[in-house]
Amino acid sequence: MIKAEQKPLEEILLYLKSYDRILLSGCGACVTVCQAGGEKEVGLLASALRMARMKMGTPLEALEATPARQCEPEFAAELSETVEKVEAVLSVACGVGVQTLARHFPKTPVFPGVNTTFLGETVTHGVWEERCQACGNCILERTGGVCPVARCAKQLFNGPCGGSSKGKCEIKREADCAWQLIYDRLNGLGQLYRMEEIIPARRWGVESRDSGLRRIVREDLKV
Amino acid sequence: MTFKERLESGKFVVVAELQPPKGIDLSEVHEHAERWRGRVDAVNIPDLQNAIMRLGSLSVCALLKGKGIEVIYNLSCSNRNRLALQSELLNVSALGLKNLLLLQGDHPSIGDHFEAQPVLDLDVIGLLGAAKRLQEGYDLMGNDLKGKPVFFVGTQVNAAAKGHILDLEVMDMEKKIRQGVDFFFTGSIYEPGLLETFVKKVAHFKVPIIVSITLLKSVGMARYINKHVEGASIPDSVIDLLLKASDKQKTCIEIAGDFIRAAKPLCQGVQIIPLGWENLVPALLDQVGL
Ligand code: SF4
Ligand code: SF4
Repeated sequence: MIKAEQKPLEEILLYLKSYDRILLSGCGACVTVCQAGGEKEVGLLASALRMARMKMGTPLEALEATPARQCEPEFAAELSETVEKVEAVLSVACGVGVQTLARHFPKTPVFPGVNTTFLGETVTHGVWEERCQACGNCILERTGGVCPVARCAKQLFNGPCGGSSKGKCEIKREADCAWQLIYDRLNGLGQLYRMEEIIPARRWGVESRDSGLRRIVREDLKV
Repeated sequence: MTFKERLESGKFVVVAELQPPKGIDLSEVHEHAERWRGRVDAVNIPDLQNAIMRLGSLSVCALLKGKGIEVIYNLSCSNRNRLALQSELLNVSALGLKNLLLLQGDHPSIGDHFEAQPVLDLDVIGLLGAAKRLQEGYDLMGNDLKGKPVFFVGTQVNAAAKGHILDLEVMDMEKKIRQGVDFFFTGSIYEPGLLETFVKKVAHFKVPIIVSITLLKSVGMARYINKHVEGASIPDSVIDLLLKASDKQKTCIEIAGDFIRAAKPLCQGVQIIPLGWENLVPALLDQVGL
């Protein structure tokens, strides 16, 4: 799922300094799971903002809402009535959600309340780690289900760089070396021979974000 | 005899590494290269080593070649995409340079421009493939070249690896050979025993191995390497010698000399990495009779 972290309160206060009435909108999906922008966090952030603005002598009225998925137009539409009552929206959904609201409400400024960081999984309670960079051509079949695009600091496709120490990455010491994980996994599967294959250079400029905006069109689903 | 001819005829080669300056004052580069003239078979010129921004390998190689000194041009993947890498290889060839050391390269986050974005377009296997392809007269997209470059291609291998990491290195070497590698430089090694294990394991490849040795200047440096460089294990006996040294440079030469004497029968060449003690290289070579 998409992972995000709340922006510093000071930064958010700066965005909102010329507004007295805002909507603080969360999202019931990914950011709820990573506890950055769900209903609970919306409540906490709204209180923190109200208190801070009270202290500054410029009280802030903050309405709260948490649609099920802020990145879907029909859920954004549900916010229409509330948005009409406010001067600006602070969204603590991921960057996609922020843009859905911005597109939907052309006359209302929409600010991001979180930094969207990565597509990741929960490692343990309170710890999330990047797992996928949406590279556009998944090669997990060749690497034992461990992604070298997201998890190897040098995005190597043909084995380790030689710098890992005790299974940890030489660039990010706290992270496991992706190629150690790939080796362990292929070894466990009895498929070490797969490391002998040369994985050719990726077609970054065709498949990945480097080709410009990517888009999926499913004719069978269009109405 | 050229570096290539020596390696191909099974002769032992001597290489020394010479770091380009941070800036454009080449006086020391020329001074060292002159001092080494006739003593080393090739001077190896790194490319943005340790991700520190400095003068590139290409201009230094071209200038030294102009003075009749044989060089090894280095190119690493981390700062250029495949257009720039291939074009750079053509530049090299147009300037009459042939010896290449193609490397993965260091991640910018460890260097002095740690805010830079790394370029992760080709990995070193891909770069080796590009050099091979260019020599066949095509670029990576299969377009014809006007005039084919000719290279003598080397890359690096981590010969100090142990256990399954060593198995992975051997697998990696095999892939690199398939991509056209003509010779390997090892990373710095300090124990002849490790080199011996490695050399036995890869003897069947029949590709020349040039062992690298970094001149040890102090106990502090040796301990730092042991602590921070993966796979490096400078033996206690060497650390002891450095501790007791009254003349640090003399001890440095003795340690390196002992290593080279032990390594010589095991491999096909040595690369001396002087890290500031470039002036010691001739004395070291005298000591080992090279
Ligand atoms: S290979 Fe690409 S799509 Fe597959 S997990 Fe990695 S980044 Fe995601
Ligand atoms: S240590 Fe492992 S994960 Fe880190 S850059 Fe090297 S191969 Fe990639």
